Amino acid sequence: MKDIEYAAPRSLDEAAAILNERGSRARPLAGGTDIIVQVREGCRDIDILVDVKKIPELSAVQFNRDEGLTLGAAVPCYQIYNNAEVAQAYPGLIDAAILIGAAQIQGRASFGGNLCNASPAADTICPLIVHSAVCSIYGPDGSRAVPVEEFCSAPGQTVLKQGEFLVSIALPPPKPSAAGRYLRFIPRNEMDIAVAGAAAYVELENGMIGSARVALAAVAPTPLFVAEIGERLAGQDITDETLREAGEIARAAARPIDDMRGTVEHRKELCAVLTRRALKGAIERAQENA
Amino acid sequence: MAEKRRVQFIVNGDKAEVYCSPRESLLEALRDHLYLTGTKEGCNNGNCGACTVQLNDRIVDSCLVLAVECEGDEVLTVEGLAGENGLHPVQQAFLEHAALQCGVCTPGFLVASKALLDANPNPTEHELRYFLAGNLCRCTGYDKIVHAVMAAAQTIQENE
Repeated sequence: MKDIEYAAPRSLDEAAAILNERGSRARPLAGGTDIIVQVREGCRDIDILVDVKKIPELSAVQFNRDEGLTLGAAVPCYQIYNNAEVAQAYPGLIDAAILIGAAQIQGRASFGGNLCNASPAADTICPLIVHSAVCSIYGPDGSRAVPVEEFCSAPGQTVLKQGEFLVSIALPPPKPSAAGRYLRFIPRNEMDIAVAGAAAYVELENGMIGSARVALAAVAPTPLFVAEIGERLAGQDITDETLREAGEIARAAARPIDDMRGTVEHRKELCAVLTRRALKGAIERAQENA
Repeated sequence: MAEKRRVQFIVNGDKAEVYCSPRESLLEALRDHLYLTGTKEGCNNGNCGACTVQLNDRIVDSCLVLAVECEGDEVLTVEGLAGENGLHPVQQAFLEHAALQCGVCTPGFLVASKALLDANPNPTEHELRYFLAGNLCRCTGYDKIVHAVMAAAQTIQENE
């Protein structure tokens, strides 16, 4: 690896000062499963890694059923799925936490890191979007909040400005008769990057769909929130036809590319199928949760 | 060059100290500074699991951890698996079931398998294969490794 410096600030202000001073030559280090490889392989040219794991706000998991979940940006996946209360309240997040790499990667990789790496194929971003999660950002000018669906701006690019970094991700409290589900397609059983993925979150009302949110992975330059599906599903009965229509909206909304993992046609088909199945899975969980 | 740092941590129950550059991985610190060469470098990018070690309460790829991040941490490597009474049951089972050929992946498999059995003493074959998905072996075809870990699980249960 090229020679790099290392800093481990203990407070938000200390981190913001270093990141602001070093600008694009600095990069926060959370679990390191992307950034260490990128620096080692010369894909990202920086001078200093700023380890944010010693800042209390970035390593905390705060949850209660009234206020919801605040997930520190550097909390690794294993701490999320090993937290019984969080796992019970947000099964749609756990779907993603258990399929990123294997145990070794899950021991380090964080939702916040996955978000800031801003891959269109990221497994955690779509589940966060459908749970209406909001990013808490800190920087030289103080804090600001950005909905997760607006955080990524292009492949590998985010809305973070010079000196800013992700502190935590806040999710609304879990509701009865509501749940999320994330599914991804890969050609093997584990340890792969999504050809396409779909996350769904559904709130049931009187046995019907009260509201729904769907987001798609690996089929656009950024994780894609498809608001139109929620508009179409609100107030509808749960029928195979309704779910099929949602899948067709997803197929039309997807803007994938051909690459080594799949073709445009295959990915659009996957969007239709995965959207249908993710909605079905979310509805089943919501019914169990009634 | 970036300033070197002194890092103190616990390795296999003993205090250890390394003086290293920020760019050095935990894997390099273990092998090149502490001469614990049981932990192997395979892909050096987090795919193969050959460098698996236990860091505090979970396993990690030591190639994806910077040594300077480990101040105050506890690390368990393959050298720390055997106890006063001899090999760890997983190690013994690997020998008895011929679960290795070239041996480069073996230390990573041993550490990962121990972590699995600590958390889930009686895994199904499916759970076991799923958990060990982060460890690649290009020799055995995995079946012998799976049989060895299943046998080790049984031995540990019988010994309790």
